[in-house]
Amino acid sequence: MSKITIYINGKPYKVEPGQTIMQAADKLGFHIPRLCYHPKLSIEGACRVCIVEVEGMKNYVASCAFPVSDGMKIRTNTLELRQARRDIVELLLDNHPQDCHVCERNGTCELQRLSYSMGIRNRHFEGQRKDYPADESSEAVIRDPNRCILCGRCVRLCSEIQQIHNLSQAYRGFKTVVMPAYNIPMKDSVCSCCGQCVNVCPTAAFLEKNHTKEVFAALNDPSLVKVVQFAPSVRAAIGEAFGLEPGHNMEGQLVAALRRLGFDYVFDTQSGADLTITEEASEFLERLQGKGKLPMITSCSSAWMKCMEQFHPDLIDNISTCKSPMSMTGAMVKTYFARRLKVSPEKICSVAVMCCTAKKYEAARPELMVDGLRAVDYVVTTREAAWMIKSAGIDFLNIIPEPFDEPLGISSGAGVIFGTTGGVMEAALRSAYELFTGQTLVDIEVQAVRGFEAIKEGKVVMDGQEIRVAVTHGLGNASKLLDMVREDPKRYHFIEIMGCPGGCIGGGGQPYAGVNAIPLDEDALKKRAQVLYDLDRHRTIRRSHENPAVQRLYKEFLQRPLSPISHKYLHTHYKAKEPRGVIPRS
Amino acid sequence: MMEYAITICEGPTCIGRHADRLRAILLEELAKRGLKDHVRINISGCLGMCHKGPFLVVNPGYTIYGGVTESDIPVIVEEHIVKDRPIARLAVQEDHLFNRFYRIFGDVGFFGKQMRITLRNCGIIDPENIDDYLALRGYEALAKVLTEMTPQQVIAEVKQSGLRGRGGAGFPTGLKWELTAKQPGPEKYVICNADEGDPGAFMDRSAIEGDPHTILEGMIIGGYAIGSNHGIVYIRAEYPLAVRRLEIAIQQARQHNLLGKGILGTNFDFDIEIRLGAGAFVCGEETALIQSIEGARGMPRPRPPFPATSGLFGKPTLINNVETWANIPVIILEGAKWFSSIGTETSKGTKVFALAGCVVNTGLVEVPMGTTIRQVVYDIGGGIPGGKRLTAVQTGGPSGGCLPESYLDTPVDYESLAKAGSIMGSGGMIVMDETACMVDVARFFLEFTQSESCGKCTPCREGTKRMLEILERIVQGKGRPGDIERLERLGNMIKKASLCGLGQSAPNPVLSTIRHFRDEYQQHIEQKRCPAGVCKALLTYTITDACVGCGACKKVCPVGAISGTKKEKHVIDQAKCIRCGQCYTTCKFNAISRS
Amino acid sequence: MQTTTDQNRQQLIEYINQLPDRPYRDSYLIAVLHKAQELYGYVSRDAMDLISSQMQIPTAHIWGVVTFYHYFRTQPPGRYQISVCLGTACYVKGAAEVLQAFKDRLGVEAGQITEDGLFSLLEARCLGACGLAPVCMINDKVYGQLNPDKVGRIINDLRKAAR
Repeated sequence: MSKITIYINGKPYKVEPGQTIMQAADKLGFHIPRLCYHPKLSIEGACRVCIVEVEGMKNYVASCAFPVSDGMKIRTNTLELRQARRDIVELLLDNHPQDCHVCERNGTCELQRLSYSMGIRNRHFEGQRKDYPADESSEAVIRDPNRCILCGRCVRLCSEIQQIHNLSQAYRGFKTVVMPAYNIPMKDSVCSCCGQCVNVCPTAAFLEKNHTKEVFAALNDPSLVKVVQFAPSVRAAIGEAFGLEPGHNMEGQLVAALRRLGFDYVFDTQSGADLTITEEASEFLERLQGKGKLPMITSCSSAWMKCMEQFHPDLIDNISTCKSPMSMTGAMVKTYFARRLKVSPEKICSVAVMCCTAKKYEAARPELMVDGLRAVDYVVTTREAAWMIKSAGIDFLNIIPEPFDEPLGISSGAGVIFGTTGGVMEAALRSAYELFTGQTLVDIEVQAVRGFEAIKEGKVVMDGQEIRVAVTHGLGNASKLLDMVREDPKRYHFIEIMGCPGGCIGGGGQPYAGVNAIPLDEDALKKRAQVLYDLDRHRTIRRSHENPAVQRLYKEFLQRPLSPISHKYLHTHYKAKEPRGVIPRS
Repeated sequence: MMEYAITICEGPTCIGRHADRLRAILLEELAKRGLKDHVRINISGCLGMCHKGPFLVVNPGYTIYGGVTESDIPVIVEEHIVKDRPIARLAVQEDHLFNRFYRIFGDVGFFGKQMRITLRNCGIIDPENIDDYLALRGYEALAKVLTEMTPQQVIAEVKQSGLRGRGGAGFPTGLKWELTAKQPGPEKYVICNADEGDPGAFMDRSAIEGDPHTILEGMIIGGYAIGSNHGIVYIRAEYPLAVRRLEIAIQQARQHNLLGKGILGTNFDFDIEIRLGAGAFVCGEETALIQSIEGARGMPRPRPPFPATSGLFGKPTLINNVETWANIPVIILEGAKWFSSIGTETSKGTKVFALAGCVVNTGLVEVPMGTTIRQVVYDIGGGIPGGKRLTAVQTGGPSGGCLPESYLDTPVDYESLAKAGSIMGSGGMIVMDETACMVDVARFFLEFTQSESCGKCTPCREGTKRMLEILERIVQGKGRPGDIERLERLGNMIKKASLCGLGQSAPNPVLSTIRHFRDEYQQHIEQKRCPAGVCKALLTYTITDACVGCGACKKVCPVGAISGTKKEKHVIDQAKCIRCGQCYTTCKFNAISRS
Repeated sequence: MQTTTDQNRQQLIEYINQLPDRPYRDSYLIAVLHKAQELYGYVSRDAMDLISSQMQIPTAHIWGVVTFYHYFRTQPPGRYQISVCLGTACYVKGAAEVLQAFKDRLGVEAGQITEDGLFSLLEARCLGACGLAPVCMINDKVYGQLNPDKVGRIINDLRKAAR
């Protein structure tokens, strides 16, 4: 289509037709202020912060929703408009706690930034403010309606992207509140704990349940052995919390920083990932030989596990019984490592730094207890870990990188790529192929399962048998894929599902988007993924079962994959849970 | 053989005054005297002259009995039916326009200042009997359209008529039809917006209760014109009688092959279903209404896309309100040229108003566009009772504004009302005399819109709340300097920045009263005085020399603010007084003054 | 034996089953909620759960809709609806203590209903009976010059009357 001319603030510009004023303006270097808009979500047009003047229109129009047309004359910055926008943001502030200095989002809050850039330096309209209790019932996510500005991003994300539909606006007008059905506590809801609401919330209406206080207390307890592990995707993103652009590997810095925080041992969740793959590949082969249901579906994403138990319990038998890398690592810390250290497992404080809020829920699952103890005592998110490092006065960016501790510090390239969508599948195929055929997979990089498409499909031929696999990320996509499986159960042999868009690198516990960045931005996710793929490429060991630490574990403790002892410590079970979730037939 | 026909008005007000009981007693009375076969009992929708109800209209003779009580029934039967002697003392006597109307049964002509087009059958036909409607050229327009006209010709006729939407902003109806008709695809919807939510407005309800077939006929014609087979009436659940009559009408229309497959032997299919609202004023906004029909929260969506291109279920949708639809059959039958001869340059046809407040005749009034407010209030409404002075006329309900006496010659048309700071709206018209406080009136309407705000967009959700708080403090005597300016600043912003019509018009009652009655606001804020004596907190009660010292006020005062010895003048401690007014109402000697 | 709830559920399911089929069956949610309120006297959580599973509509969505529209009640109305006036006159004469007495005696908060369904408690703005302050209104009857003792007697009398 040929370009059209629009006028912004009196000057003509050639733009593509069929886009909104905001889209056109963005490309021309006009960043119209905005709040409820999110490129991945449906257009709400609710906050009215992005209003502009269009000649011939009696009222302002929301630039996020209004399409450009030829000859359109747009004004983005008249005095009247500036005052209107300013007043709109002030109205949001008027019904919002005035306590930025004690707020978790201080400095990362979009409302705070807007308030500054709108030039709100005095107040005109203060009045009654809403007053609702915060819901801290969930292990993972806190909902605080008082900080909510009703932009509706969380509601749209939870229903449109994750298709969990746990949140809705309830009541109306000034009394509108975002809540789960019947205002039940989040812990009793269908919330998957994925934490994406935290990611997209412009303020602090959704936050992860903070465990830094407990971790600091443990770090100050001399009677405890303090052990920490961190996930692959944490190293690929934590730099952003310190002002770096996405795409920096901060593995060594994080190890060093965690030691300076007071941890005695710093382990790599990737080591547990290699263990997971060794078990999971063996489990897959068993199922392929008729012992168990196909397709086998991965179980390492805790949000996906919770979602599965509430939304898809018909598929429980298809789920791999393997625990997640975090829980396997934690189990080995409280058993194998405790024995090696000759300390009682009660005396070990096991902490995990995760990209994920749902891991907080996972760590508390009674099914995952190890000899009556939690495998992981505390989970902190990437964000919380970054705060702890800052709070303890550690110069994270200039610290000299350090290596992990033995014995759970060594990992293969397969363990690294766990952190991005498709990684588990690729890692599993590398090992399964070899276990099945006795030969080494030559083309080790399985391109078909890389990338950010909603549903990726791939095929591998093992000894003449075609193995069909599928990979998806985001719980909404998962539901679509599972419907395909229900329709044709023989369509795939092996499926990887990650609860968050992009996999763990896009987890609900990752650093907040910086100024002018957008949460869930695909470019940022790609850069994080690239960190992991680069790490893999530079490893000499790229297959999980070749990891010497894993091999030693089997030799000294677990005997062999799927042995009774590995079943005891590395496998779990699932059951249908209430309340049952409902996915609307679209 | 039928010798008499008695019509009982079962409009909402008359039902409130037990018109249905009257009907039962009448039937009983007739049965007792063996007259059942000689008298046909009809029911009708609202006659319009609500203040005189309930009514029995006896034909032939057009005798209208008003304010009928149960004990009147045997008398009417005995005297009028048996002895054929109409009872003058019970009949509505005054030569009221409404009265003359019934002498020209079924015609659609001029009646002084009133002109009934959309209400042409209301009060005349039995709304539960399709034969009544058919007898008055009912469905003739549909037959004409289906057999003689192409959809394009129908649209051209509606366009040419100059009809504009009666629900609010006055968008040209024909243009809306044309836009919807132009959209490709077989799946389109026709919607009748009967979600009348203005407090005090009952035009749509009366129109449906009195003449449901007109609405159906209009919708079927609309469906034919735009190429739709599916009509929906979205109506308030609070209107059970209107719903029932619509259901009956739809059933009857289906039986007569006026709805369903192959209407009147043509290959045009169309059917209508009823969807109930559930108590949300904002659902009168068309995108919110669509959300509600789709089973969601009634929250408006940004436009474009307009419903004409993407409406119900994402399909092209034609939405008009009850009154707009009721005009369609008349336009088709009488022609666009005739229709466009009524009204003003830009506003054609008539408008129905629910006239209420401090006016002699309250009820439904249908007048040609361009009639002045003065004519409606004085010529039809009979002026202000009790020799009081008119202060303001409020039109457009909570979305409209208050016009002062000096604006009484404003003609009722879209542009003139908007220019004066009000709107046509769906047609509420409330007359206020000097006992009304304009600040309090503004507060009342804003309280309504504020509680009906859907909560989606910031200006409406948060802004109307702040405006209401400012108004509340003004009427409580806590107004601050700058409050008027704050109201104007917020109001103007909310008007221009809100997502939907509700927010865009919510400040109107406030802005129009500030514009026309600014001094009243100033008196409230600066002198803490309410000139109309309405705002309780601004009143001062004092005991005058007329006090005989009976002590009644002292006894009734809930806070012990009154003191004094028996038979001596009492005093009110202003610091303790909470201005509840109990003393004022209790005093038998007019010894307490309120200012 | 079939309970009322079972009968209600069955009727609600029958109502849902006779609705026109997809693609737009979800759009009948409000009609179904009207039906539920007609059957149960209010839109019960049981009804919402049932509608959710029968119509494949998430409960959060249903809850959002039910709370949006004024017409729907999520609590059964009590047989006696007690509105305690909190207007200025009543307030200075001890309406807060009266309200507290109701709360204590009934074991509910304002806006709630007692377990036996007999009483619902509401806060009201001025009822216009300032001379009798503090007052409450129970269904259509005004009770004046209240104090905590009197509250106890009123509740006892109503309980007796209900038997």
